[in-house]
Amino acid sequence: MSTLKNKIDDKIKPLFEKGGKYEKLSSFFDAFYTFLYTPNNTSKSGVHIHDSNDSKRMMIMVVVSLLPCCLFGMWNVGYQHFLGAVGSNPGILQCFIYGFFAVLPQILTAYIVGLGIEFVIAQIRGHEVQEGFLVSGILIPMICPVDTPCWMLAIAVAFAVIFVKEVFGGTGYNFMNVALAARAFLFFSYPAKMSGDSVFVSLGNSTGIDGYSGATPLGQLASSAEGDATVTGILGNPLSLSDLFFGLYPGSWGETSTLCILIGAAILLFCGIASWRIICSGLAGGFLMSVLVHNYASPLYPVTMLEPLQQIMLGGFMFAIIFMATDPVTACRTNIGKYIYGFLIGVIAILIRCYNTGYPEGAMLAVLLMNCFAPLIDWCVVNANVRKRMKRAVEISK
Amino acid sequence: MKNNNALLPLLNPLSKDNPVIVQILGICSALAVTAKMEPALVMAISVTAVVAFSNVIISLIRKSIPASIRIIVQLVVVAALVVIVDQVLKAYNYEVSKALSVFIGLIITNCIIMGRLEAFAMTNNPWNSFLDGIGSGIGYGIILVIVSFFRELFGSGTLMGYQVIPQSWYDAGYSNNGLMILPPMALIVVGCIIWVHRANNKDIQE
Repeated sequence: MSTLKNKIDDKIKPLFEKGGKYEKLSSFFDAFYTFLYTPNNTSKSGVHIHDSNDSKRMMIMVVVSLLPCCLFGMWNVGYQHFLGAVGSNPGILQCFIYGFFAVLPQILTAYIVGLGIEFVIAQIRGHEVQEGFLVSGILIPMICPVDTPCWMLAIAVAFAVIFVKEVFGGTGYNFMNVALAARAFLFFSYPAKMSGDSVFVSLGNSTGIDGYSGATPLGQLASSAEGDATVTGILGNPLSLSDLFFGLYPGSWGETSTLCILIGAAILLFCGIASWRIICSGLAGGFLMSVLVHNYASPLYPVTMLEPLQQIMLGGFMFAIIFMATDPVTACRTNIGKYIYGFLIGVIAILIRCYNTGYPEGAMLAVLLMNCFAPLIDWCVVNANVRKRMKRAVEISK
Repeated sequence: MKNNNALLPLLNPLSKDNPVIVQILGICSALAVTAKMEPALVMAISVTAVVAFSNVIISLIRKSIPASIRIIVQLVVVAALVVIVDQVLKAYNYEVSKALSVFIGLIITNCIIMGRLEAFAMTNNPWNSFLDGIGSGIGYGIILVIVSFFRELFGSGTLMGYQVIPQSWYDAGYSNNGLMILPPMALIVVGCIIWVHRANNKDIQE
């Protein structure tokens, strides 16, 4: 290993440095070099904390924590496919292989487009390639329906990377969650491809067996007229709480399994990447709001008739709280702010989901909205603290 | 050189001092009427006419307007012109007039018009004021047309109402971008125009 590194250092690296043959491609080289090896240059000025856990390692940990959801999601895509198209389950491996190849083009599209833009911009600006897209690239396909066409995904990724991130200064400066911005762009641009009953299950060429309906549980409720609150799987079988917990229902493919999301949450919390304050207050907010709307359940708004636990486990709520709300760039920085921020995300997500029948799921909009308010919350918290201490100082000086 | 100076009021607002992308005025109507090209064009012409003629009228009477009530006098002139434009549109282009609905009436509140009256017509002679009005109107119109071009092309697949994107594309899986029809996208398109414009004019970068 070290001999290989020495060889690269001696022979290849000089080509990309200033004055070298491929000077123009230096950011490309730098990106791959620091991705593979720990860079040996350190900051020269000021006081810095030296830690091996740089943002590249941090991003990799987020990707690792996403893996359970990702693998389960691939399996679930295949499982729902075989259930809907043939009516039987051919076994874990076959389901997984089908799902893997169904989502692979989307993941590749997201990474190629996103990283391509990052590389070009890094080259233009003359700084190193930033690693922020490592996570967004896998998140974006995971929160989209499995049947999203790749060209739509490409446009959405380009939009999100350029207008939400690069325009504001690149990784660490985005004012909104990049993955959710891409999702929102798709949702508002191509509503026919992002909601309804034909996009969440990949049927291939089949039209589905008798009694098949590809609607997600929340989609079913949003369009149910008679106010019937039982949610069913794609073949009309009622979904039990354990089905919801394990995620055996159609939806954006990465977000259905509460179990896998909790495993991811455990990894994130163990590594200290996600804030437990945001997660706890988000879940509390969502749960309290669910209890509240369940108390005032009305057939006019069928989603309000769900039990609070069902509310929490259905759709993208859990995924949004664990992986989206905790994004350290767009969340609040102050501890009190984090409680407020998380709590409001939970409340607003359930509120939109229940009372806006146009949007079957509100988690995306709730997180984006609170992203915009996060700096304001921080400002209020900081100023309240300043006022409090000022008052104390004045009292002491009296 | 002298010729250049005489035309300066006309040419300045086209690019270097564009009312929309440099002075950031009239954004509201730029968002509201640019989903299709035809209303955007009509709006551009209407605003140009109103700015030009209100500039001339105010410039003619600028010496007899008491400073304390000048805004009211300007508003009366602008309102009269807007009503005339509105009536003409209703008579000759009813469909577009309906599509523009309240926004023709709202020309009266367009910041560009009050801005030009206050900043230019009150202190300049009628001919220069007229040129300035035409220039400001066209500067506003150019942006409207560019924005509406992109919004109509990508949002509806048409230009001036004619189908531009062939049916075979739709059959192959292409679909119109719904976000383009919504006002937020107009703001982003205006933002892009400003971006390109500033990149090409280093002297107006802050």
